[in-house]
Amino acid sequence: MEVIFKVQRFDPESTDLVSHFQEYNVQLTDSSTVLDGLIKIREEDDGTLSLRCSCRAAICGSCAMRINGEAGLACNTKIIDVMPQDGSPIVIEPAGNLPVIKDLIVDFQPFWAKFKAVEPWLQPGDIQPEGEYIAPEEDMVHLAGVVSCILCGACVSDCTVLEVDDSFLGPAALAKAYRFSRDPRDESDDQRLAQLNEPGGVWDCTRCMKCVEVCPKGVDPMDRIMLLREKVMDAGHNNTSGARHANAFAKFLKNSGWLDELKLPVMSFGIFNIKAMIGLIPLGIKSQLAGKRPPIFHHKLSSAKEIKKIFEKVESKK
Amino acid sequence: MIDHDVLIIGAGLAGLRAALCAKEQGVDVAVVTKVHPVRSHSNAAQGGINAALTDRGDDWRDHAYDTIKGSDFLGDQDAIEVMCREAGDEVISMENMGAIFNRDENGNLGTRNFGGQREARTFFVADFTGQALLHVLYEQIVKAGAFVYEEWFVLSLIVRDGKCGGVVMMDIKTGKIEVVRAKAVILATGGLGRVFEPSTNALICTGDGMSLAYRAGAELMDMEMVQYHPTTLKGSGVLLSEAARGEGAYLLNSENERFMLKYAPEFKELASRDVVSRCEQTEIDEGRGIDGCVLLDVRHLGEKYINERLSQIRELGIDFANVDMVKEPVPVMPGMHYAMGGVKADIDGKTAVPGLYAAGEVACISVHGGNRLGANSLLDTLVFGRRSGIHAAEMVKSVKHLSIDDSAAQDDIKQINQLLSNEKNESFGKVRLDMGTGMKKHLGVYRDQSSMEKALELVKDIKERAKSIYVADKTKTFNTNLMFSIELGFMTECAEAIAASAIQRQESRGAHTRTDKPDRDDENWLKHILVTKAEESHDISFLDVIITDWEPVIRQY
Repeated sequence: MEVIFKVQRFDPESTDLVSHFQEYNVQLTDSSTVLDGLIKIREEDDGTLSLRCSCRAAICGSCAMRINGEAGLACNTKIIDVMPQDGSPIVIEPAGNLPVIKDLIVDFQPFWAKFKAVEPWLQPGDIQPEGEYIAPEEDMVHLAGVVSCILCGACVSDCTVLEVDDSFLGPAALAKAYRFSRDPRDESDDQRLAQLNEPGGVWDCTRCMKCVEVCPKGVDPMDRIMLLREKVMDAGHNNTSGARHANAFAKFLKNSGWLDELKLPVMSFGIFNIKAMIGLIPLGIKSQLAGKRPPIFHHKLSSAKEIKKIFEKVESKK
Repeated sequence: MIDHDVLIIGAGLAGLRAALCAKEQGVDVAVVTKVHPVRSHSNAAQGGINAALTDRGDDWRDHAYDTIKGSDFLGDQDAIEVMCREAGDEVISMENMGAIFNRDENGNLGTRNFGGQREARTFFVADFTGQALLHVLYEQIVKAGAFVYEEWFVLSLIVRDGKCGGVVMMDIKTGKIEVVRAKAVILATGGLGRVFEPSTNALICTGDGMSLAYRAGAELMDMEMVQYHPTTLKGSGVLLSEAARGEGAYLLNSENERFMLKYAPEFKELASRDVVSRCEQTEIDEGRGIDGCVLLDVRHLGEKYINERLSQIRELGIDFANVDMVKEPVPVMPGMHYAMGGVKADIDGKTAVPGLYAAGEVACISVHGGNRLGANSLLDTLVFGRRSGIHAAEMVKSVKHLSIDDSAAQDDIKQINQLLSNEKNESFGKVRLDMGTGMKKHLGVYRDQSSMEKALELVKDIKERAKSIYVADKTKTFNTNLMFSIELGFMTECAEAIAASAIQRQESRGAHTRTDKPDRDDENWLKHILVTKAEESHDISFLDVIITDWEPVIRQY
C-alpha cells in the first residue's frame, strides 16, 4: 500500500534556519512500522533525511518522535494504526521539549542533565553483604516495571509542564528517582526525598496523564511521581504548597465531604504568603463577576459521616 | 589532538565494564561511542546471564563443560575455565551495583533454565536482562564520572611500528575530526549482524571493531561461526528470547508435533542453538513448516506467568507479528544473531597488535567456539570487559604515548572527501541489502562448497560497489548518510573474512554445517581459522584448539 509521510525537516547549516515539511510517498505493507517507512525513505529516496534509530525492537529508545502530534517510538508504531482514513499523510515531527539539531534528531543533553540530577545509582548502606542482598521477589517484580524504562524521552517530549517550565525534572528522571527510592537495598531516602520536595520536583507535575499515555513501555511515570509524593510527605516534608494542598484536600473531604474551594488556595499557599494571597485577588474578582465564586459558608454533605469512616479506615491501615 | 591513557571504543556492557574497572585503577579513561551508551545493543540481550554459584550446589566446571560441549569443542578450554570460574563474582557484583535480578522464595537470586545446560544457572531480570544490566553500568559510569564521547564515530586505529597508539574519530554532531592518542585502546564495539539480512541485530551492529582491527593488522578468528537463533520473528527478524523456551515453551511443526522430542530427546527445545536451528530448518525444508516458519507456543504457561516473566516477548509478538502469545502460538524461524568469531584476543583482552585490546562480541577469546550458549554472551562481556580494563590500566602505567600528530587523520579525511565527491551511483541501502540477503542465502544454517564459493564472489562484487556509494547529504551535522557509507566499508571486510574462513573448514562443526561434509572431523579440524589482511586480499592461517580437561566426544542433546 502507498503511504504518505509528511516529515518535518530542519537543516542547521541552511541560511534561513527555518524548519519545513516534506512529503514522501512510500510503498509499505500491512505489517510495516513507521520506522520501516522512514528507513525506506532514507535508503531509497532521500539519503539526507536524518533520524536516530537502532534496535527496531523497542528496547534501545533511540527513535522517539512525534507521530501525528503524539510522542511514540517509530519502531513499534504500526502504519495501519496511525494512517489517517481520509488519505492524508502521517505527520512526523521530532520529539518535543528538546532543542532540534537536525530533522528528527533532538539534543538530549537537557534530558541527561536531569537524569543525572537525581543521582541515579544505587546508594546502599555501609554494610556490604557477602553475596547478593536479600530482597523480596515482589519488590523486584514491582521495580522491574520502572526499570523497564528505556529512557527514550517520549514522556519528556509530551510533558505539558516542561512545555512551560523547563526547570521541572520531568517524568523520566522522576520515575528513575522512584526506582531507587523504592529499592529495598537503597538507603539514601532522606536525602533523595528532600531533593525531590524542592521546586522542580514531584510537586510540579500537574497530573495531566500525558506521560502515561505516550510511554511505550508501560512505565506509568505519573503514577510513580504520585507514589513519590506520598513518600515525600510520609518522610515529614509537609511544608510545600503541594503537600499543604494535598493535606487540605484530604482534611475538607474527611470533615465535610465537600471541597472548600474558597479556603483551599489559602491553605495551599499559606495565609501568610502575602504575595500569593495578593495574586489570588484578580481570580477572586473574576469568579465573583462570573457568578462562580464558591460559597462563603461551607456546608457538610449529608453523608459526611460515611466518608469520614472511609478515611479513618484507610488511615488506620497505613 | 587529545590524549587519554585508556580509550575504550563502544559503550555496551563490555565497554562500560572495562571503563569502570580501568577507572578504578586510577588511570585516565575515556569511552567513545557512536550512540549514547544506553542505546547500545547489549540492551537486546533478553534471557539472562549464566553463572554457577557454588553456594547453590552448582559447579563452575559443569558450566565450563556445558559451554565446551555447546561450542562443539572448538572453544579454547583455558579461556572457558576463566569465564566460568569468574562468573559468580561478576553476577554478584552487578547485583551489588543495583541490578534487580529476579529472586527465589528466600529473596536470593533466582535462576531459570537455558539452552544446552544441565542446571538452571541463568540469572535474569524478567526478559530484559541486557537492558537492566546496561543501565546499571551506565549509572555507575555516571557516578564514577568517567568521560564519554557520546555520538563520536571511530574512523580508524592509528598504528605505528606495529603498535596501536590511538584513534581517528569524528564528532557525529559537528563532523569535526579529531586525533586521539591512547596508550591502550580497547575495542568493545559489538557484533556484525548487519552483514546479514535479516538479522536480530540493531542497525548499529556493523562490525566496526572487527574491521578496524583487521585493517590495523590484528587477526580475525572463527569468523565462519555465525549463530542462527532458533526463535526470530518472520519478516523483521526481531528476536524472541530463549527465555521463552527456558520457561517451558514448545516448538511445533505444521502437524502440531513437538518435533524437538525426536531430535533431542533429553534437552528437547533446550538443546543448544545450532542444534535447534538445524532441526527447525530441516522441518521447514522437509515440508513441515508453516510459511517458512515453525511455531513457538507458550499458551500453557498462563497469562499471569507470561506477564511476569516474558512480558517484553509478549509485547514484541503483538507489535511485530500481530500475535498475542497468550492466545496463540507465534511463527518463528532461525535468524542470524551472533558472531562467535571476532578479533583474536587472549584472556586479558590482548590482541596481536600491542596496545590494542578487545572484549565482548567484537573479540574472539574463543569462549564460544562453534556455537555460543544462550546467556553466555552477557557473561563474556562482563568477565572479559573487566579483565581487559584492568590489564590495560596496569599496562599504561609503564608506557608512553607514541609519537603521533594530527596528520594521522589525513587518510580518513581523504576517504571522506572521496565518498562525498562520488557521483550519483550506488546507494548505501541497496548495496547493503544485496550483501545481507546474499550472505544469508549462501552462508545460512546449511552451506556447501558451491554456496560458499558464491558468497566469496558476492563479497568481491560488494567490495567493489561499496567504493562508489553516493552520499546525498553534504552537511557536517549528523551526516548519518556519510556514516552509513563508511560503515558499509567495515561490513564488507567482515563479510569477506566470514566467507573466506567458511570455505576453509572442510567439516561440519557448531554453526558451520555443510551438507556436503556433514560430519565433524576432530582429527583434522580441532583448529581455529585465522584471517589477516594482506595487500590485495587476505591470508589464512590455523591454530590448534586448546584442550585442558575435556576431550571431544560425540555431541548429543
